[in-house]
Amino acid sequence: VVEGLALLDLGVSPYSGAIFHETPLIIYLFHFLIEYAELVFMITDVLTAVALYLAIQDFNKVVFKKQKLLIELDKYAPDVAELIRTPMEMHYIPLKVALFYLLNPYTVMSCVAKSTCAINNTVIAFFILATIKGSAFLSAVFLALATYQSLYPLTLFAPALLYLLQRQFIPIKLKSKSFWLYTMQYAALYLCSLVVIICLSFFLLNSWDFIPSVYGFILSVPDLTPNIGLFWYFFAEMFEHFSLFFVCVFQINVFFYTIPLAIKLKEHPVFFMFIQIAIISIFKSYPTVGDIALYMAFLPVWSHLYRFLRNIFILSCVLIVCSLLFPVLWHLWIYAGSANSNFYYAITLTFNIGQILLISDYFYAFLRREYYLTHGLHLTRQDGTEAMLVLK
Amino acid sequence: WRTRAGGQPPLQAPAGAELWVWFQPTVTDVDKAWKELSNILSGIFCASLNFIDSTNTVTPTASFKPLGLANGTDHHLLRYAVLPREVVCTENLTPWKKLLPCGSKAGLAVLLKAERLFHSSYHSQAVHIRPICRDASCLAVSWELRQTLTVVFDTFSSGQGKKDWSLFKMFSRTLTDACPLASQSKVYVDISPKNKEKELLEVTPPPASVYEAIVQGDKRTYAVYDLLSPSLFNTSRSLNVQLKWKRPQDSSELPTPILHAQRYVSGYGLQTGEISTLIYNTHPYRAFPVILLETVPWYLRLYVHTLTIITKGKENKPSYIHYQPAQDRRQPHLLEMLIQLPASSVTKITIQFERALLKWTEYTPDPNHGFYVSSSVLSALVPSVIAMKDVDVEQSPLFTSLFPSSDGSSYFVRLYTEPLLVNLPTPDFSMPYNVICLTCTVVAVCYGSFYNLLTRTFHVEEPSRGGLAKRLANIIRKFRGVPPL
Repeated sequence: VVEGLALLDLGVSPYSGAIFHETPLIIYLFHFLIEYAELVFMITDVLTAVALYLAIQDFNKVVFKKQKLLIELDKYAPDVAELIRTPMEMHYIPLKVALFYLLNPYTVMSCVAKSTCAINNTVIAFFILATIKGSAFLSAVFLALATYQSLYPLTLFAPALLYLLQRQFIPIKLKSKSFWLYTMQYAALYLCSLVVIICLSFFLLNSWDFIPSVYGFILSVPDLTPNIGLFWYFFAEMFEHFSLFFVCVFQINVFFYTIPLAIKLKEHPVFFMFIQIAIISIFKSYPTVGDIALYMAFLPVWSHLYRFLRNIFILSCVLIVCSLLFPVLWHLWIYAGSANSNFYYAITLTFNIGQILLISDYFYAFLRREYYLTHGLHLTRQDGTEAMLVLK
Repeated sequence: WRTRAGGQPPLQAPAGAELWVWFQPTVTDVDKAWKELSNILSGIFCASLNFIDSTNTVTPTASFKPLGLANGTDHHLLRYAVLPREVVCTENLTPWKKLLPCGSKAGLAVLLKAERLFHSSYHSQAVHIRPICRDASCLAVSWELRQTLTVVFDTFSSGQGKKDWSLFKMFSRTLTDACPLASQSKVYVDISPKNKEKELLEVTPPPASVYEAIVQGDKRTYAVYDLLSPSLFNTSRSLNVQLKWKRPQDSSELPTPILHAQRYVSGYGLQTGEISTLIYNTHPYRAFPVILLETVPWYLRLYVHTLTIITKGKENKPSYIHYQPAQDRRQPHLLEMLIQLPASSVTKITIQFERALLKWTEYTPDPNHGFYVSSSVLSALVPSVIAMKDVDVEQSPLFTSLFPSSDGSSYFVRLYTEPLLVNLPTPDFSMPYNVICLTCTVVAVCYGSFYNLLTRTFHVEEPSRGGLAKRLANIIRKFRGVPPL
């Protein structure tokens, strides 16, 4: 960003080079705030934590109301008393979420490095707050801002829409007219705010240069600077002939989990949002630890799933060890010269496997709990012995 | 060129191959013409100029003004490229010699034999073409082709510690006659006395005339041998110019040029670095501006907000900056600045950069050798200490084209700094298949777990009757007397 501002001062468009890839609104914002940069990033982190706190507080109320409704409608099996959530246990969850975000070492590192990922996190947190509070207009505006910053929050359109439909008690049937009406309304709000923001950026710098520099850059991955993701080494070692094919495959990989997850998790849109944010953080083209901090902040919300998690110990060990090894192997490769790029790449692979297995573990635990809620906790087979539950 | 050892060079050249062209305004597609021209010249001179493409071509705005007569100076018609990795060798000398009217068969060019010319410390060949006035009235324009060969022989180390030289010792040949097609053919030997001491050196055969001129701010005396004058070859068939020093010199201190520069790269590790350029102005009382042109390849990402220029401890703001940032794989960085150098000062220009990781096919065959950054160019009108008088162009056209002076008080100098060698982080070149497999495995792990969770539902497990393996195991267990599975 400092380089972009310096280029603007020299009278050169910041997008004429290959260094600056942030949006014009960020340049405009930092034009005034560049002297107070540390304060700005601390304030954004605090804002994110506050937004998450308020969002989860509201969400807990919604969860409790829904649970009460389902109990009254007798949808639950009789022996699931220990799985029912009580307000007492849910009382401290919003505080835990805020603390998980603020005290996460990844958040602290992101703030010290003054990475603009913190601003992305704030916008997404406000989007979540607006969605959970039920305001479609604010939710669309914040989602448009988040998409404008980095392209991937586009996939959060589906969980937000599902949540808002649920809140308005509109059933999700493809033939229902009110469903399509509401969807069109929300989509129109979103697209209009996106168009307004993009045109505003055009008028800020009087050129459309920022579109290939920001979005073309995210989609075509030309810069191979090592990061914690999977893309950089893959494209550094890719045969030229297949480069375009694999770029398309990797980009589709981020977007195509949305529809199946929407079909499976249409009753639980907030969990869907959590999974979607996690998939974006793992598979986006230039991930940073700030993105990981955002979805990890949600883990206390699903702390009641702890008894169904299968590999949580080994996964947390993998994540902690890999986070510690990242700087060590980077130093050995770049500064000491005694290690290869393969060392750092291996840690990238392990870290991402750890994250993927963490998310799928939580997903498994969530689905398993749902099954127990409707079918009872103590399952018996036809001959009366204790049953095993398998995925078939 | 080693400025400290060799003094001010007559015509300096950067390391590698350099090509700069001003196209005529009638050319519509300058880039296409540039590509065709560099390919044609590559064929003519057997130099790998065909490697010139958009990744090492820049369009300077202030340096490299056109030589000779020129009308407009729209800098969009100018292209400049340097290939720092190219080495000059015999196969470049042969086509260069072929351009001479007599080739290497008569005249001064008989001295140019490859085995002696490349046995030297410095070797540079140049070809310049410019439009000039045909005569003093300047009614017609003709084209001037100027070929320059600059060679530094180190006779001190190879000549048993004596600094005497002769044409025969340097070229293993002597001059026999002038080229019949030449209108002028002269040999100038610099016999400037140092510290006004005469009789320090002796030139044989004694020169027919002595020519005095002020060249690059110094008063110099030249012994002139005119090959076309009939008196030269009267006594002997061949001309072997020899120079002997009367008294042994303890230390030969060449005068430091008024403007010289150095460049180096600093920093540690393979992530970041810093390019520093030091420019020295040793003139005792005159300050003058200098234009610095830097071309840095795209894979060293310059951060222009880290550019600092410090003179005598204080910040020096350039009066003109033109910065064109690089585009990945398309264009290099171009930085041009007009910096005012105060008298007797050292100016330090630093800029930081980050090293990029390239795709494995973009590395040279020896990636750990490093990547070259071409020399930066300094152009200045250096004020001379001694006033120069205008030399008549008609009388000695060769001399004035070599040492031109537009007015009596300053002369034009174009300097090149050293090229830099920078290491980039390398991926492991033996691993493309492994990397593709491993990364796709990670993506497949995610896809697999999500596919399972999305398409399958939980069921209570029905006891299976047991497959074949289980039945076999049960039979064995019955034999052992152990309860069945």
